[in-house]
Amino acid sequence: MIRVGKHIVQDLMRNRFILAYTGLLLVLSVSMFSLDSDPGKATLSLLNLVLLVVPLVSIIFTTIYFFNSYEFIELLLSQPINRKVVFFSEVVALSAALGMAFMIGVGLPLLILNPGGATGYMILAGLLLTWVFVSLAFVAALSTRDKAKGIGLTLLFWFYFELIYDGFLLYIIYAFSDYPLEKVTLALTALNPVDLARILILLKLDISALMGYTGAFYQNFFGSSQGVLVVGVLLILWAVAPVLLAWRKFSRKDI
Amino acid sequence: MRALLLFCLLPLSAWAAVIRVENGKTIRQAIEMAQPGDSILIAKGIYREGNLTIKKPLTLAGIDYPVLDGENKYEILTVTGPDVTITGLKFINTGTANIEDIAAIKALDVMHLRVIRNKFENAFFGIYFANSNNSWVQENTLIGESKSDNQAGNGIHMWKCDHMTIEKNEIRGHRDGIYFEFVTKSRVADNFSHENQRYGLHFMFSHDDEYESNIFRNNGAGIAVMYSNGVKMKGNRFEENSGNSSYGLLLKEIADSRIIDNIFRNNSIGIYMEGCSRGEFIHNTFTGNGWALRVQASCDANTFTRNGFFSNSFDVATNGSISLNDIHHNYWDKYEGYDLNKDGVGDIPFRPVSLYGMVVEKMPISIVLWRSILVLLLDRTEKILPAVTPENLVDKTPLMKFDKTKSDLITKTP
Amino acid sequence: MITVRGLYKKFGKLEALSNLYLDFEKGKSYAVIGPNGSGKTTLIKSILGLVIPDEGQLQCEGTSILNHWHYREKIGYMPQFATFPNHLKVGQLMEMMKDLRPGHYVLDEELIQAYQLADISNKRFYTLSGGTRQKVSAALAFLFSPPILILDEPTAGLDPYAVEILKSKIQNERTSEKLFMITSHIMSELEELTSEVAYLDSGKLRYAGSIEDLKSSTRESRLGKAIVAMLQRQPEKTTV
Repeated sequence: MIRVGKHIVQDLMRNRFILAYTGLLLVLSVSMFSLDSDPGKATLSLLNLVLLVVPLVSIIFTTIYFFNSYEFIELLLSQPINRKVVFFSEVVALSAALGMAFMIGVGLPLLILNPGGATGYMILAGLLLTWVFVSLAFVAALSTRDKAKGIGLTLLFWFYFELIYDGFLLYIIYAFSDYPLEKVTLALTALNPVDLARILILLKLDISALMGYTGAFYQNFFGSSQGVLVVGVLLILWAVAPVLLAWRKFSRKDI
Repeated sequence: MRALLLFCLLPLSAWAAVIRVENGKTIRQAIEMAQPGDSILIAKGIYREGNLTIKKPLTLAGIDYPVLDGENKYEILTVTGPDVTITGLKFINTGTANIEDIAAIKALDVMHLRVIRNKFENAFFGIYFANSNNSWVQENTLIGESKSDNQAGNGIHMWKCDHMTIEKNEIRGHRDGIYFEFVTKSRVADNFSHENQRYGLHFMFSHDDEYESNIFRNNGAGIAVMYSNGVKMKGNRFEENSGNSSYGLLLKEIADSRIIDNIFRNNSIGIYMEGCSRGEFIHNTFTGNGWALRVQASCDANTFTRNGFFSNSFDVATNGSISLNDIHHNYWDKYEGYDLNKDGVGDIPFRPVSLYGMVVEKMPISIVLWRSILVLLLDRTEKILPAVTPENLVDKTPLMKFDKTKSDLITKTP
Repeated sequence: MITVRGLYKKFGKLEALSNLYLDFEKGKSYAVIGPNGSGKTTLIKSILGLVIPDEGQLQCEGTSILNHWHYREKIGYMPQFATFPNHLKVGQLMEMMKDLRPGHYVLDEELIQAYQLADISNKRFYTLSGGTRQKVSAALAFLFSPPILILDEPTAGLDPYAVEILKSKIQNERTSEKLFMITSHIMSELEELTSEVAYLDSGKLRYAGSIEDLKSSTRESRLGKAIVAMLQRQPEKTTV
């Protein structure tokens, strides 16, 4: 596993994209904090970077990389190497590379320029979202043999989790606004990793609003470290479950 | 000549004797023995004497904080005469009651009472004044220990008083930190009222009072003030009052008042206003609140100017579609306009009420979608084509910079 | 050495392999032939575990290969289209393949030398021509001296000189210990390199046996003609 992973990571590093992505994140996050005199505003810009850009890049890059490394995978699979090892090495290597890019591009400057505040949760959310979308990318890439279709599917995933699902959720809240929906709403956000990551950051950024007049339920959930734990565990599940689904597909896939 | 000198010393020596309470003597005896104007010096020790009543001008002073223990049964000190000074004592364990307001020190119909540098622990009510005037409560520490609301009384409680001075006290763990009812022309300054079960400061029907440089932090429901006119609040800090129905400052039917240079930090709601008129809100700092200002439609003719709004989830909320208040020259960190003529004032107006803020108003649980892309798009659309947000709730002259000179404490915590 | 029992594989509606029974024995060299899309590559990929069959059994030396991978230590594979990660250098690929197969092998670098691959070890794959990649692919198949060699159209795209080198390499390696499985559309080449033949058509086996038998039974001296004659004689019947 380590041996195979090492070669995939080496291959990823030969691909300039990871380097460019790291650089882009670094430039964006540093400029946000040095150009904007108000750290609060910079934090909000960064929030959108973490919630929008990071998932988009993670899912598209992973899908494209997977399609492009088809030959490499074929080469590996014709060698005496376990299919499982090849697959999970791909997952781990991509998660590690993109996670590293995020940590260097966003995590490090954030820790240096703006320690405290929502920084810790922001990094945690960004890292977990990276992994979730890498994971989703494998599902997309293994759902079709056609690269264009695969990329289309990843964009659909991204769009769904960023916008469509929230629209649906808002509709539910609106349609059933006469009922006590706190628990249902909270449960429904668990079905969207972007919502989970966003809530993780909200727990720090908007705790005053979250705990204001929305009932004791939110207060109990958000006011405790238990809330953070639950959200964190759910996000990890979101990173793991699609990988397992993708593995089922990959284990039966004809190369 | 000798006679004259003697005459001069008389008030000090002959008329104002010092009575010492030590070696098993009781305070009760000392109070009985004392002539008006005498001082009673109480040595370190524990005194369990039930209820003591002072009817004449006296000074009670403790050495190294002797303890007056109410044994969870008694009101410790009742003052009914004028010109009493109580200092250096430690009051513990008053009785509790549901009907009667049992206090560590209760003053009834007095004037010139000084309660200075005392400690109170586990008192039901701490310092209680009724129908009194011209008195001072300074540098006391009051720590209530009751766990539930109905077992706690107020820290400093005043009813029907005027010209009172309450300064530099620390109050914690009571029901209300400071409670005023019908208290006028009084001054509350430099107090630290925190972690009280209900309100850090609670007053009603209390006109023309001044509140300056106090810190109110993490009280169960924040601060609530009602039915009063001519209130002046300056340089106070309202912090960390977060929860279901918790307010940095709740103003109900307050008129002709000035709220200046205060800091509202990390409250669920910075200021909540209902039925308030002709108030001036100048140069306050709102930072990290869920809602900085919640102005109900029943408020009119209030002025908000030179305030600074930073990192609040929502800046202004209202329940009506029109606003009869004047909002101008405030700094809003969410403002994205420009200032081409460099006069320090933004060239396009700022609408502090966001569309999603109104959605949350109607459906509080929709707060879970806050800061999602959907909400961002909704708010952006509303900014470009206002359709739902109140048309005249707008700052036409938003400031480009906030003068922090008098509120450099935006992020600092003492 | 490799046994195929009742193999089925469908791609959508297309039956790529249908009820296939075949035995590949040690010491023999097999030509797997058939028209385009007859299932040759699918059969090979099934043996390599790249394609997962719908039904049937595949065994290598008596044990099933499904969900196993150790048996691939015994196989050297040269795919139909030699594709490698573009940014990889030739030398890096060689090092990587050695690294990925731990254990003790007799390294056979004869083709590396014959094709002078050391001279291009610093070149990245996207700069290489198809033929050169094919050379790398051939060298890789023989590198670990595997007992089973599966070559899918090995000479396609190679220049005549390189073809000769590869052919003589195959001839030299045909010992009693090794099994060769070669697909090609060039019958003369197969006649040189193989002794047995399996003919597939639309996923079905039409003939399996030695080339000698086929020639004598059809009274043809050339393999190509013998096959045409065989097909005319038994247009529908399937032999096992």
